[in-house]
Parts: sequence; C-alpha cells; structure tokens
Amino acid sequence: MSSLSPIAEHLNSSDSARAPIATRDNIARSGLAIGAGAAWLLLAFITLRWPDLGDWGRGPELAIAASALGAALIAGALLGTIWEPGAARLRRATPWLLALGLFLSVWQATTAKLGILPQPFFPPPHAILEVFIEDWAKLGQSVAASVKLELLGFLVGAAGGFVTGVLLGWSRAFGYWAHPIMRLIGPLPAIAWLPIAFYAFPSSWSASIFLIGLTTGFPVTVLTWSGVASVNSSYYDVARTLGASRLFLVFKVAIPAALPHVFVGLFMGLGASFAVLVTAEMMGVKAGLGFYLQWAQGWAAYANMYAALLVMSLMCTSFVTLLFKIRDRLLSYKKADVQW
Amino acid sequence: MVRLATVAKAGSEAGMDLEFRNVSHRFVLEGAPLPVLDRISLKVARGEFVALLGPSGCGKSTLLRLVAGLEPPSDGEVVADGQTIVGPDPSRVVMFQDPTLFPWRNVRDNVALGLEAQGVLRTGRARIDETLRLVGLERFAKAYPHQLSGGMAQRVALARALVNDPELLILDEPLGKLDSLTRLSMQGEIVNLWRDAGFTTLLVTHDIEEALLMATRIIVLSDRPASIKADIRIDRPYPRHRGNSDLVTTRREILGLLGFEAAW
Repeated sequence: MSSLSPIAEHLNSSDSARAPIATRDNIARSGLAIGAGAAWLLLAFITLRWPDLGDWGRGPELAIAASALGAALIAGALLGTIWEPGAARLRRATPWLLALGLFLSVWQATTAKLGILPQPFFPPPHAILEVFIEDWAKLGQSVAASVKLELLGFLVGAAGGFVTGVLLGWSRAFGYWAHPIMRLIGPLPAIAWLPIAFYAFPSSWSASIFLIGLTTGFPVTVLTWSGVASVNSSYYDVARTLGASRLFLVFKVAIPAALPHVFVGLFMGLGASFAVLVTAEMMGVKAGLGFYLQWAQGWAAYANMYAALLVMSLMCTSFVTLLFKIRDRLLSYKKADVQW
Repeated sequence: MVRLATVAKAGSEAGMDLEFRNVSHRFVLEGAPLPVLDRISLKVARGEFVALLGPSGCGKSTLLRLVAGLEPPSDGEVVADGQTIVGPDPSRVVMFQDPTLFPWRNVRDNVALGLEAQGVLRTGRARIDETLRLVGLERFAKAYPHQLSGGMAQRVALARALVNDPELLILDEPLGKLDSLTRLSMQGEIVNLWRDAGFTTLLVTHDIEEALLMATRIIVLSDRPASIKADIRIDRPYPRHRGNSDLVTTRREILGLLGFEAAW
C-alpha cells in the first residue's frame, strides 16, 4: 500500500468498501482521466501563453473553457466514486476527451502559433469559437431554414415513395404505368433537374422541396416495393383463412411485413437528400447552411465555413439518429441489430 | 390441459359436413399440366376427425387448400354444409405446418388476428384470454414470436385458429416439425379440444401412428395424382395406446397399402 501514489491510495481506500477487486482498473482509469485533463490544460496554456502569429479573437474564452474542462476531468479522476452513474458515463468518453484535447492542442500550435498550415485556409480553434460566439444568430437561422427545407422535402418524398412502393407491390395495373416511369426517372440524379426546376417552380424553395422529395422518394419506392413483394405468401394465406379483406391484407399484413425494408429505403433516401439540400441551398435558395457556406466562401471567411460544416454535420447526424429512433420504436419486436 | 367449457358449442350444432364431389386439380409446371388430385369423392360427416394419409408430395396439402378456399379446384367441387366453397371463411380455419405467426405482433395480437380481420375484436377480448389459457400460454401474451419455442409457437397458431370458434379445423401437418415429446402432448391436446368442442377436423399427415392415435377415420391416398386408396374407420376409445393390437393390425394394413408390406 505504501508504494502506491496518494491518488491510488485514495481510490483504494474509498473503493475497498464497495468494490475491493477492480482497483487496478480504477488506477488505469483515473490515470487516463488525468491525462485527458492535462491535454485540455495544455490547450489552454498554448492558447494563452504562446503568442499568436496573427489576429484571431476569443483566445481567452477558449483558454477558460479548456482549462475548466481540464480541471473538471482531473477533479473527476480524483473524486470519481462520488457520483457513480456520472462517472461511468464519463469513463466511456475519457479516451475521446484525451484524443480531442491533444488534437486541438496540435491544431492550435500548427495554425495560430507556428503557421505551419497555410493561412487563412486553416483557422485556429479560437477563430472558429469566435464565429459561434459572434455569429450564432445567423447560424441558428440557417439551421432552422435547412431543417425546415430538409424535413418538408424528406416527408413529401418519403410519403410519395411509400405510397408508390405499396401500390407497385400490390396493383398490377398501377405497376404497368408506374414501373416504366420509375425506371426512367428514378436513377436520374435529382441535381440534374436543378436548372429546369428553378424555372418550372414558383420559387427556388418549392423547387428544392421537389428535388429533395425526388431524391428521397426513389430508394423509398424501390425498397417499399421489394418489401411488399417479398412478404411470405403464407402470411396472406393465414390472414385470408381468418376472414381478412383486401384492405386488411394491405394494411395489416403487407405493410407491417414490409416495414423493415421501408426503413432501409428511408435511410438511403435521407442520406442522398442531404446532398441535394446543400446543393439547392448553394445554387438558389437564399437561406440555410448551404447558403451560409456559399456566403462565407464569398467573403473568404474560412472560420465561418468550418463552423457551418460542423453545424451541418451535427444536423445531418441528428436526422439520422431521429430516423433510427423511430425505426427502433416501430420495429421493437425485432432484436436490435445496428445501434446508430 | 384445461377443458373447453364456454368455447364449446352446444352439442349437435357444432361441426360442419363436407363433401368432395369428383374433385380434380392440376398445377402448371414449366408449361405442362401437373395433375395432383384425381377424381376425389369423399363425404365427411359433422364432427368426424378424418386423417388424410399419403406419401409425401402426393397432393394432400392441396386438398386442404381447396377446403380452406385458398384455391378453387380445377374440376369438381367441394361442398360445406350444402354450400359450394368459393373462398376462405373463418368457419374453416387452418393450422399450417409452420406456425406462420406475424413477427411484428405479440402472442395476444396474433391470436386476435381473426377477430380483428372480421371486425369483432372489441367484443372478443375475453375470448382471446380464454383461448390463451386453453393452450396454456396466458403468461406469454406479451411475448413476441421470436421469443417462443417451436412448440409454443404452434400452440399460439392453434389458439389463433380456435379463437374463431371454427366448425372445421384444418390441420396441415402442424406437428411435423416439433420434437417428439412436444408432438405427443399436442396430439393429445388437439384430440381433447376436438372432443370437447365437436368441430369437424381434417388432418393431413404422413405419420401413420399420428393418424391412428388421433383420427376416427383414415383416408389413404395414392401417389400423385392422389386418389383414394382406402377409407378406414378407427372405432377405438380415447386415449388410445399405440401398442393396442387393433391399431397395430391397422397400421400393418396401411403400410401394405402404401407399398411397405415388408416393413416392420
């Protein structure tokens, strides 16, 4: 016991009451947390004490935030057993926090301090922080505009694709007319419609809804169709012998059975629609994150571009997360396969 | 096994009589007609338990599909209670070889399927619980099919059929894929349910012993295209014992009809 460091001794004594076994793990864990804290303190130190080559704002704020996080991590490592649920959650993130602290420190050093990365294309972290602090209103409006456009377009496309897919799988007469059209138009990249759509629609905004809907609709149609077509025919036999009507077969047999396929289509459509969203915003819609990016490029405001990219990826991943949550809820009867 | 009390219908009214009138059926396989049933004529009285026994692939299951109304026969007609069968009806329910439970519905909702399809779900809730109790699955009402064993899944399929209060229960080798112990106990349970409720039962099987233990009458079918080779009455009380000398004699007789005279 006497050979251990005071920290380990502290951990040991407080742990021995509850979990006397895993002390070696605990030492490793708190070591990691202290390392992560140190990395963030390093970032704060570099930011504040090493003079910038140029003029970038918000260095002190970044240093304060980084040192606060660093101090919290070290404190957490020392007092890790006080609030067990929080500590457990934090433990999972510790390796990432360590890597992130180191990454930001290197980034800070190679941009603002040493100028190794060419300027102004690679702004330092505190320049991006400055964008968030000073331009949050405009960024927020852009996010709102993008979310609205994406959501509307996606819902239109998903609904249209779903209905078309069910009808394709169910009705021969509908298939006769719809199948050739789908084969002709579906694989066409929606972006190719862009010039025509901007003329044909009353506004570039409604044109964008059409384009996002088209992009989303194609995979949803194909997957819904294949889902309905591949329903085990004995499901229909069972339902029919129990007195099911045609409507019952569609809504209570075919559609629930096809739902796992439908969600694959929705996922593919969602992924593809992001590209159209950003393109449409860059090309015609005067709002949204794509437009913000375009605008920032026009002013050579590189820090703004990185900030917008970060926000955009958070928005896209949130959409995917939401889709997976809905899927997990509706398909809760299935054993969970992929966790997003 | 819980006895059917309220599920049972009043004595003589239960069950359905059936008549196959010169029924032939063929499929089209690679452009050529493939005859599967050859002029089957057969009368089944109300409340009988008839086993259709024949070699694998002889067309027994096709016969059941015709009775269930899932397909119309190529020639002839199947008549139920004086009416020609033209489509499925919940008075004639099928238990298939696979349980074919809907994986997105829990046990209770699977059992409720027929009542829901017929639009009588709201008045049938008590019936669903009762039927679940009958097959011994009341504690698994909320379970999903992927959580069930093969025998439990087949019990759910049985409950799904019985909850409709059928007049004809059509069993398409429903026990074929179960392990032998589960199979034994379910054979007994189905016979008890049939004796209590009094519905007519058609059982397709290729297991002679199963037919001998369960049925009041065994129809032996020939190879494809199936025709009736023999019509054997089994007048033995239940529960039957497989070692009973009458049953052993009948077993040997049927084996002979199927071309296995030399078999043990």
